[in-house]
Amino acid sequence: MKIIVPIKRVPDPEKADKVRISEDGKQLIFDGLDWKPNPFDEYAVETALRLVKDSGADQTANEVIVVSIGPEEATHQVLWCLAMGADRGMLISGDDRELDATVVARAIAKLVKKESPDLILMGKQTVDGDSNQTAQMLAGMLGWPQATFAGRIETPADLSSATVTREVDGGSATVTVKFPALISVDVRIVTPQAVNNNMSPPDELNRDGARFASLPGIMKAKKKPLERLTLEDLGVDTSQRVKTISYSRPAARSGGIILETVEELVQKLKEEARVL
Amino acid sequence: MDNILVIAQVFDGQVKKSTNATITFASRVAAFTGGSYSVMALGDDLSGQTEDLSHLGAQKVILAEAPGIDQGLGEQWVPIIEQVVRKGSFKIIASPSSSIGKDVLPRLAQSLKAGMASDVTDVSYESDNLFYVRPMYAGNVNCTVQITTETEVVTVRQTEFDPFEAIAEESPVERIDIPPPDMAVERIEFNGFEKSISERPDLPDAKIVVSGGRGLKSGENFKIIEELADLIGGAVGATRAAVDAGFIHNDFQVGQTGKIVAPDLYIAVGLSGALQHVAGIKSSKVIVAINKDEEAPIFQVSDYGIVADLFKAVPELIEEIKKTT
Repeated sequence: MKIIVPIKRVPDPEKADKVRISEDGKQLIFDGLDWKPNPFDEYAVETALRLVKDSGADQTANEVIVVSIGPEEATHQVLWCLAMGADRGMLISGDDRELDATVVARAIAKLVKKESPDLILMGKQTVDGDSNQTAQMLAGMLGWPQATFAGRIETPADLSSATVTREVDGGSATVTVKFPALISVDVRIVTPQAVNNNMSPPDELNRDGARFASLPGIMKAKKKPLERLTLEDLGVDTSQRVKTISYSRPAARSGGIILETVEELVQKLKEEARVL
Repeated sequence: MDNILVIAQVFDGQVKKSTNATITFASRVAAFTGGSYSVMALGDDLSGQTEDLSHLGAQKVILAEAPGIDQGLGEQWVPIIEQVVRKGSFKIIASPSSSIGKDVLPRLAQSLKAGMASDVTDVSYESDNLFYVRPMYAGNVNCTVQITTETEVVTVRQTEFDPFEAIAEESPVERIDIPPPDMAVERIEFNGFEKSISERPDLPDAKIVVSGGRGLKSGENFKIIEELADLIGGAVGATRAAVDAGFIHNDFQVGQTGKIVAPDLYIAVGLSGALQHVAGIKSSKVIVAINKDEEAPIFQVSDYGIVADLFKAVPELIEEIKKTT
């Protein structure tokens, strides 16, 4: 089974409040922030690795390909995913300002034509743009079924399909998609028992969360194939459909007062705030 | 010209309030562009919702009824909506930013060769162009975007638009023919839906929300959150940490990637205030925090704070409210 996992680097999600805006409101400034793989994308890599683990007799037929579109520095995040255990990497050079979800989907669609994967696994959204569009656009472009917001995935031993529990409003919806298909993952996909390929021993528990790259993993990653491409090489139409006009800072909340007793609290809520 | 199409959110036999918020968005866009809006719903049988839909000030109520489309699979919905758009004069397609909206609209945008703005919180108009404001970076940056394609697709953040109040006037209702689904429908099968049962108000609609975090320590302890919520007619929410720990169903997660809420009163109990959580509560009118750690970041965004053990403070709060009402 061949899986493509698109990934993106994002400024440290724990410091999203430290992203600054240029005075003219035209640019974002990331000075002093570390770059990390988008957490949801890391979960997608983890999911791919859990799915192919122990699957089928011929492990050599399994391949997890990580692809990113970004500047040369995004090599670090691709290498990180290779160190986690992915087999092969691709970096398409590109700048966020020249990309929108459509351009990204077009680029990955081109790679899909080239690589013919069985499955595309990706994060449900990047935590920088928070748009939650690329996966669905890509599935539509390819004419593939989409199972978005996956919290649980189970595959039969022959890996021909996946039964996906989706986290949706009002509960959980379960769908079965036949490969080739696209699955976007939600946070719960990295809980210990969320991925079941019916091949790994049933008592085997994964750790909670995406795995860390080990030191030997990092050494190995450097020897794994990493192909560098351009949007031009791939013949991607780079016309954007959404134009960014400006950025601004939302009104900030400020801290209020600390009260000593619940009596005071109830009184304030009733008489001052009038919300109770 | 009837230039705006609103895709209604129908769930569990009800037209959800997120639809009314999207109608408010649409009426604003209609005023800007000198146009009007129609509302479209898709489902197995919409006879129970037609009445509600026909009082939303729409030019037309468009109903797409077919067996098995209740579940909102994009593979089924996209060709149906696409046909309505292509036959009509619709240039702006809007839906609530619900899980169905998030799932279906990008696929629709793709098939209409349209650009899309997600989770729109504001809209303005200048020189014949619409400009959409949308949050990025867990609500720490607002971005103004323009969609440059002829057709524009948006999802609307419910909490930022007041719900449209039903009007007496009735819109005409039209039932449409259903086109064949996307080929991909042959490779997807719907197996079932497990409802997260709650008699409480929906999180995005609630006037009061009481949320618990990891500090609750167990699912059993979440009962005190529920007791407080029930006493004051609130919804129950949770942090990702509490959901991950299995205290409560994922449907109750509030935050950047969960539900966005904006109640009059948000009570945060035993949660630290990670920026991903705060992203989902920022528009609340009043935030109360109860946490034993006075350094917890939640106190930096709350209007009233109590530094105390929640297992002592919450029961006291319940008693005090009972006493004073």
